Amino acid sequence: MLDAAPAAVVEAHGLTRRYGMRRAVDGVDLTLGAGECLALFGPNGAGKTTLLRVLAGLLKPSGGTARIAGVPLPGGPAARAMVGLISHEHMLYSALTARENVEFAARLYGVRDARGAAAHALERMHVAERADTPVRALSRGLQQRVSIARAMVHDPRVVLLDEPFTGLDAAGAAALTVMLCDLKEGGAALILVTHNLAEGLEVATHAAIMRAGQFVRQEPCATLDLTDYTAAYRELVTHGA
Amino acid sequence: MGPSLLGAALLIARKDLAIEFRTRTAFFSAVVFGVLGAAIFYFAWDPTSVGALELAPGVLWMIFTFAGLLGLQRSFSTELADRAMDGLLVSPVSREAIYMGKALANLVFVCAVEVVAILAVALFYNMSFSTHVPALALFAFLAAVGLVAVGTLFSAMTVNTRLAELLLPVLSLPFFVPVVIPAAQATAKLLAGRPLAEVAGWLKVLVAFDIVFVVACTLAFPFTLEE
Repeated sequence: MLDAAPAAVVEAHGLTRRYGMRRAVDGVDLTLGAGECLALFGPNGAGKTTLLRVLAGLLKPSGGTARIAGVPLPGGPAARAMVGLISHEHMLYSALTARENVEFAARLYGVRDARGAAAHALERMHVAERADTPVRALSRGLQQRVSIARAMVHDPRVVLLDEPFTGLDAAGAAALTVMLCDLKEGGAALILVTHNLAEGLEVATHAAIMRAGQFVRQEPCATLDLTDYTAAYRELVTHGA
Repeated sequence: MGPSLLGAALLIARKDLAIEFRTRTAFFSAVVFGVLGAAIFYFAWDPTSVGALELAPGVLWMIFTFAGLLGLQRSFSTELADRAMDGLLVSPVSREAIYMGKALANLVFVCAVEVVAILAVALFYNMSFSTHVPALALFAFLAAVGLVAVGTLFSAMTVNTRLAELLLPVLSLPFFVPVVIPAAQATAKLLAGRPLAEVAGWLKVLVAFDIVFVVACTLAFPFTLEE
């Protein structure tokens, strides 16, 4: 288990999610405090996306317990209101403009000044100048920026990111990194799933490797050396040591 | 926290209608289907053996039913692309509000298709809908509520299946029968200029169906989203 923070924002104990007989998430223990970021690595099919979907409230846990800011999962609207989810699919309506998509999300979350919040979120992701363009007319990278703006528009306390750097160019990746650092400093807890160790460790305070639904290695980033960690990750992924 | 149940439903309905207004895919398909349906029945019709008054109500409700299915089909397929549905499901909006929003947008869609279909049938069959207009509109609206309540639920159930286009009508049509029979019977009587008292029984059937299925489908909807 990661170091217990004074106020745990994300907690999971023995969290399990089964699909039929297969355990996609198998007894995960996790504690993440305010301002902490967990970089989660692992091969395809390790259960990373399923873990995020359980924590986002999209899937019911099959076993164990999980809490978001003290609210047990599946926690209904109260828990979901605190979560922002970025997936590798952008979750936007292609016929609507970038602004309409983000504003719609802001209204769903009950943000008071939805229009202003949407404009601010798009500006933070450097996509404000394309705000009135239909999403279908945007490049993959710009769609991803809009998707990130949509997920952040309500200032979530927990941000779950599934391959958020996919499709982003250098400027987009930099904007995302700045936003994630701002969120951390603002007290949000982040779980970042990525295959890029350098990108993940740049933002993270903790790192974990997941394989076959389980955390096989987890530690604070302060003690990590990127070269050693990369070698250990490759060893775990390729040989399952 | 998010908006109220009704507020969220209106928000989702407005979003769906905005998408339909931009793309106009389902509406144009339904309108073309409606006009073509009226035209085909017209040319297959032998006016010497069947009077327009006997034929028109059946044609009208056949068009409503199948044209409505085109819109219901699209209702959740727009959410499937790029997993936009996940964006709704992770928000603090209740599942019931999602259903109500979708159903509201579908209701507007079906009512719009009904208006076009009525005009097409009036044109082809030289029918006058001037008598009992409010009663006809009431029956058309109540029937649309019933069709939409059931159709929206089945649309959510079938959208993730490989045979969604086939499954939606197969599942929905048997449930549409209790709506279409009273609506078509009442339409025939009203078009024939019969007194309103003669259709009161059919009105009760429609109202009862609407109440039962709106409540049942709203409560059942969250279970269609479980993975």
